[in-house]
Amino acid sequence: METLLKMEAVTAAYGQSQVLWDIDLDIHKGGAVALIGRNGVGKTTLLRTIMGVQKAASGVIRFNGADVTAQKPHERARGGIGFVPQGRHVFAHLSVEENLTTGLSALAGRGRGLIGQGVPDHIFDLFPKLAQIRHRKAGVLSGGEQQQLAIGRALAGQPKLLLLDEPTEGIQPNVVQQIEEALRRVRTELGVTIVIVEQYLDFAWSFADEYCVLMRGRMIRRGTTAQDSAADVAHLVNV
Amino acid sequence: MLDATLLAGQVFNGFSVASLFVLAALGLALSFGLMRVINMAHGEMLMLGGYLAYLTYLVVPGPLAILVAMPVAFLGAALLGAVLELTVIRKLAARPLDTLLATWGVSLILQQAARSIFGPIGVGVTAPDWLNTGFLLAGVYIPSTRLFILAVAVVVLAVLGLVIARTRLGLLVRAVNQDRMMAAASGINVRRVDLAVFCLGTGIAGLAGVVLSLLGPVTPSVGQSYIVPAFLVVVMGGLGSMVGTTVAAIILGLVSAISQIFLDVSMSQVLMLLSVIVFLQFRPQGVVATRSRALEE
Ligand SMILES: Nc1ncnc2c1ncn2[C@@H]1O[C@H](COP(=O)(O)OP(=O)(O)OP(=O)(O)O)[C@@H](O)[C@H]1O
Ligand SMILES: [Mg+2]
Repeated sequence: METLLKMEAVTAAYGQSQVLWDIDLDIHKGGAVALIGRNGVGKTTLLRTIMGVQKAASGVIRFNGADVTAQKPHERARGGIGFVPQGRHVFAHLSVEENLTTGLSALAGRGRGLIGQGVPDHIFDLFPKLAQIRHRKAGVLSGGEQQQLAIGRALAGQPKLLLLDEPTEGIQPNVVQQIEEALRRVRTELGVTIVIVEQYLDFAWSFADEYCVLMRGRMIRRGTTAQDSAADVAHLVNV
Repeated sequence: MLDATLLAGQVFNGFSVASLFVLAALGLALSFGLMRVINMAHGEMLMLGGYLAYLTYLVVPGPLAILVAMPVAFLGAALLGAVLELTVIRKLAARPLDTLLATWGVSLILQQAARSIFGPIGVGVTAPDWLNTGFLLAGVYIPSTRLFILAVAVVVLAVLGLVIARTRLGLLVRAVNQDRMMAAASGINVRRVDLAVFCLGTGIAGLAGVVLSLLGPVTPSVGQSYIVPAFLVVVMGGLGSMVGTTVAAIILGLVSAISQIFLDVSMSQVLMLLSVIVFLQFRPQGVVATRSRALEE
């Protein structure tokens, strides 16, 4: 199987305090990997390091065949990495439509006129709610709407790899279901490879085909969701 | 006893002073709002604009020279801004104190360069005849130059407002301004946006320099006399907001012009400083609180 993302001995630190040790990871095209672990073990830091908004202190990150370790975040975005961060980070003072439009920036250099075509319809198809509220300011939306917007914005850049950091955190159950449904379609219909940080093991297991467990900044276990059951790893994740 | 027409005249003057303040301060406010950078050489962008106006007059004399001088000064100052951003400010990103010192050094170098090229005494630009007039409005004499300055400021504000609200560049600027990390992760070249905004700001200062040249001689230190009020305007305006900057410029322009009925120029400067201090006691966040909403207000 073709590898899309490969990390070799990656470490990361905030100032003097090291947060990630020796991370090796490879993710094949079309896969969906759930990244799990207790609070504060470095899941967010790992996604940020893949995106490049956090610098790897050492190690190599390869994406789609190229060494991207030295690339800036916008170069990685343009290369095909989409990011839905923890806390969503929608642009609060921009409208829904403007938020989605910023996502088109990742298309720069991928073909003439792509940005001018505007936000592709399939995003409104995935999240019909966004079409209804397209002129509203993102800051006034509910958490679920903001999450859909954050995912839509990342998809506007037509990523090959989508990094999702706890997309269901703090969202009501019925909206969580819609988001899960949309993410399944992102996988199957758009063929996007996914790395998802997820606390709900049930969803992680039904969605992903592989899982990785982080503990205190190290990758301590990796397997397929088909072979291992959620119950086998629950003790590594729950306090 | 206060003469009503004198007061009305000074109020009008206040608005034209405010126009100069806003043109001088916008660039500072924009780059501070976006990059948290204080460019001490900003005043020299005004100076450059003034000298470029002078040179334009030499090359294309005539009544419309001033209209040619404006795009020349805008582009010249924007270009110098680009060089400054790429060679100094970008290299010192995230080190505000070093940026302050380095741009101060650049300011001194530019002043010295002007002294060597144009001499220590100022050069003059004579306003064309169509600006050298004036008219009476309800008993108040309105000089055309001052009306022209006001018009330039209004047009600049309107165009800038449109660029920020309606263009793709404006959208990117607002996105970077609100969440730099997320803007970068969305594929926006944030450094390029910084550069564009910085150049836009220095270009506007260049325009201010042209306008200044209508009021007095262009000297190597002409920028210095406007940079202090410009900083006051930026601080009072709320550090980066366009509307805040404009409102603060109007307040301080009026304070400056009206107080000059009673006070000499240096005392009126003191009064300006005092009014900023008092204002910030009551509204520490400035006219428009920025942190997150800087540019779209
Ligand atoms: N900006 C920062 N500066 C310093 N330390 C940080 C910073 N962000 C995170 N950390 C520390 O790094 C470690 C890993 O944090 P991270 O956010 O990656 O964990 P996480 O697994 O995503 O946690 P959670 O499940 O709570 O989201 C934590 O100990 C945290 O305190
Ligand atoms: Mg996290």
